[in-house]
Order: sequence, then C-alpha cells, then structure tokens
Amino acid sequence: MNIYVLLKKTFDTEDKIVITDGMIDEDDAEFIINPYDEYAVEEAIVLRDEHGGEVTVVTIGDMDSEKQLRTALAMGADKAVLINTEDDLEDGDQYTTVRILEEFFQDKDVDLILAGNVAIDEASGQVGPRLAEKLGINYVTTIVDIEIDDDTAQIEKDVEGDVEKIEIPLPLLVTCQQGLNEPRYPSLPGIMKAKSKPLEELEIDDLDLDEDDVEAKTETIERFLPEEKQAGEMIEGDVEEQVEKLVAILRDEVKVL
Amino acid sequence: MSEKILVIGELQGDQLRNVSFEAIAAAKKINEDAEVVALLLSDSPLEDHAQEMIYYGANRVITITHEQLKHYTPEGYGQAVLPVIEAENPTAILMGHTAIGKDITPKIAGRLDLGLISDAIDLEVDGDRVVFTRPIYSGKAFEKKVIKDGLTFATIRPNNIKSLDRDESLSGTVETKEVDIKDVKTIIKEVITKKTEGVDLSEASVVVAGGRGVKSADGFKPLYELADLLGGAVGATRGAADAEYCDYSLQIGQTGKVITPDLYIACGISGAIQHLAGMSNSKVIIAINKDPDANIFSVADYGIVGDLFEVVPQLINEIKQLLPS
Repeated sequence: MNIYVLLKKTFDTEDKIVITDGMIDEDDAEFIINPYDEYAVEEAIVLRDEHGGEVTVVTIGDMDSEKQLRTALAMGADKAVLINTEDDLEDGDQYTTVRILEEFFQDKDVDLILAGNVAIDEASGQVGPRLAEKLGINYVTTIVDIEIDDDTAQIEKDVEGDVEKIEIPLPLLVTCQQGLNEPRYPSLPGIMKAKSKPLEELEIDDLDLDEDDVEAKTETIERFLPEEKQAGEMIEGDVEEQVEKLVAILRDEVKVL
Repeated sequence: MSEKILVIGELQGDQLRNVSFEAIAAAKKINEDAEVVALLLSDSPLEDHAQEMIYYGANRVITITHEQLKHYTPEGYGQAVLPVIEAENPTAILMGHTAIGKDITPKIAGRLDLGLISDAIDLEVDGDRVVFTRPIYSGKAFEKKVIKDGLTFATIRPNNIKSLDRDESLSGTVETKEVDIKDVKTIIKEVITKKTEGVDLSEASVVVAGGRGVKSADGFKPLYELADLLGGAVGATRGAADAEYCDYSLQIGQTGKVITPDLYIACGISGAIQHLAGMSNSKVIIAINKDPDANIFSVADYGIVGDLFEVVPQLINEIKQLLPS
C-alpha cells in the first residue's frame, strides 16, 4: 500500500502565546508534531506493518520542519518530503496548502492518505477534506478505528461522541481523532536509522507553481490575546455558608434558578 | 447589490439544532436586509422544520428530501448542496461548526475554490467586508479574519451568536427541490449512540464537569443530578475519561469538545491547560476543588475550596427546595 501522512509542526501545547506586532511570536517557542498528526503517523506505520508498502510523510514548512519529519521517520515512517515555502510565500491559508499538496499528489499513486483531524494552532480542519475533493477521492474525518481488507476500509468515525461504522473503498483520505491509537515514542535505534532515511526537499517551483497560483483566499487582519480575566472571588465560610452563597449566585447573577 | 445569504441548517435526530437558528442570526448580522435562504436536508418530510426556520428569521426555505440523506455522507450532501449553491448564487454561505458543518464545508470550498473561515465565534461588518473572529491556539489567542474575494463563507461555533427571538408572526416561502444523488460509495453500516439522554453537551447552556477528583464512575452521579436540575449537560476532563469514570464523548478540552456555556461548574478539576482550552471562554465559571492552588481557580469567576462530595449534594438539596416540585 502507498500510504501518505500529512504532517504539520505546531507550537508545543504547553507554550505561552505571545503576540508581537500583531504576529504570533515564535522566537522562544518549542515546536512539536501536531498531536492529531501523530495519530496519523502511528496508524500509517501499523497499517504498513500489516499490509506491506511504504509510508511517506509530507509537510509544508521551513528548514526547521526537518526536525518533525525526522521524528516521524524515527517512529517508523519510510520516507519524508519537505515542501519548503520559506523563500516563496509570505502567508497562506488552507487554499494555499491544498493547492500545493494537490500539485504534489498529481503524479502519485495513492491508496491512503492520513491527516490529523485539526491542527491545534489554526484548528480549521479544512485541509484533509479540501484535498480529498481536489484529488477526487473519498474521505472520512475524525476516525477512531480503521481496518483494511483488500480495497475496502472498515472505519469507526467519531461524530460528537456517537460512533458511525462505515465501509468505504480505497483510495481514501482519513483524518485522525483522539482515541485512534497511542502514538509510539521513537526508539533509539529508530532515531539512528531515521538519520539515513530519504528526506526529499522541494520548493513550489519544483511543483510548477508560483506565488500567484497559491495566493490565499483569506487574510488575517488582527491577532489578539483574550482579555486578562479578573481574579475570581473565593467563596469563604463553612460548607453551609458556601452553598448558600453559591445558590444566590446561581439565582441572582447567572439566573439559572 | 442585494445580498442573499444561504444558511445550511442541520437536524439532530428529528430536532433542528440551535446552531441553525444562530446561523440565521449571523446572516442577519451581516446584513439585516439580506434575503436569508435556509437549506434543510433529510430523508423525511421537512415542512415543520422549515416553518421553524422561518419563525427564527429565514425568508425562504429550500427543503431536499432523499433516501440518501438519511445519514450524512460527504458524497450525498455534496450532491444535494452544490446544485443549490449553483442555482441560488448566494453572496454568503453560513453553517454551524458541527461534525457535519466541519466535514462538508471544506469539500464545498475545495470544489468552488472558495476561502472558508471555520469556527467563528463572532462577526462584524467593516465597509463591504465581513470580519470574523475565531479562536486560535486552542483559545489561547484570537484572530480576525476576512475573505479577500469571492463569497463570504464561514462556519460558526454553537452557543456564541445569539439566535433571534422566535416569532410566529413571521412568514416566508418553503419550496422543495429535487436532486439526483448517485454513486454514493460511503456506506454507513451502523450508528452507535453513546450520547446520554437530555441536553447536548456542545449546545448546553449549563455544563457540570468532573475531573479526576470525582474519583469514580459513581462519583459522577451527583454531577448528573445537578446538571439535570439546572437543565444542563455533564462534561469531563481527559483524565476522568482516561480513568474510565465516564465516556470519551463527554471530554472537554484541546482533544475533545470546545464549549462556551453560560455557566460551567468544574468539580474536582485541576485545570490543565489542555482542559482550559475547551472551556475557558464559558461566560461564568464556578470551580470546586480541595486544592486551593489548583490552576482551575485562575480562570474561575467563583471558587470554592472544599470537598465536592460535600458541596455538590448540599447544593442539590438547596436547589431542590427552591424549585417548584
């Protein structure tokens, strides 16, 4: 099976967000593989081990994205592709990303593409379904289980807590939801091996695209932090007094009683 | 140019979801004088639901009934929605940011090469463009975003834009549209409903949530009772779901649901940053925790340092005495 994983690097979930001159300040940030994309890498490796074939991890990013790709290779992916847009693109949106990926996949023979349900930074969840539409293949988002038998996938999809059991033919794009698996940590031999695995670097020029072809359809005009919340009020006293005050708050302020 | 805004409504079981009405309100916020055309899809008759959409402000409703629309599939819905967009040629499209909204809107945007703004919590009009506000970095920051050209297209997060008051004096037209839906390869074999009866967590105005401090599945019982009394839903942290005190469908946070209720009561929740990402924009937060240094108190409007197993049952008793039996 030819399995591809779409990967994005994101801020570490614990990092504090700082905005400088209207932009998210990335100077002191730690970057990780988007947690939902880790589920995708893990599942791709499991499916390859079961069915044979090859796992290729693809990212759009900059020089530093090599680190996250090497991590995916250390987990067990076979090949990596970095589409480096650092010199060509100021900013982009989901249209931009999908336009580039569409071109990348043009000459690829694909059985399965796995992506994260959302990236935890922009959290639009658009790239997976948009790309599937462009490639003319089916998709299922927020999957929590997948089994493949010949050319058919049996999938369990999370639908806001409910589970749908779905049967769908390959080729297919899926986006991964929490609960699909527990991503492995790279082993030391895995990390050593990853250093010599193929990592191809492309620029949009190599895909016969120029800046105008991938111009974003949307524009962010402002970024801001939430207002500092005023320190809350601690309700003092013994339990009776605390509950009495709480009831007053529910009745008079929140008006739920 | 007169504006025409297409609102794609959504049913859950045989009920219209509130976010469908909120999307109508969002459309009116873009332009009070716009013609709001609502679209409803199902495998069963939709006349009553269409009428409801009109009472909430839609000027016209298009209904599509087809056996392939019993369950949502991207292929089935795509074949139903795209011809409507083509025929109506709207200036804007709005839908709820729900499981279905998240799934179908990128397909439409991909097909028509449109910009799409997902998960908006507010909007304002600035000259001839619509500026949407949406959370980024799990709610640790926000961005204001516009569509540069082409039609306005966005999904809105439930419970953030207030629906208009239901008004039975409003009238509008309802038309049924025939569509051809074929070659659907996605087969929905079974739907396992894990949702508990009662209020939907993503749309609940009151949420009572438990963390590891609830200690067991039994420990969640008073939380359910309190939620019932307040007409709300129960939620949980990842820790509580991991420990199998409750189902993952209740999980709130970075992985899990992101909710914005009017009232959030956090019981035995420490307040890990991943959990705060799912609930910190709630309008009023009350936290009950034994540990005075728990991080949850940093976002709480009211805090009680105490044992939830004492506080919650007493609170239930007090509320019961207030409510007419």
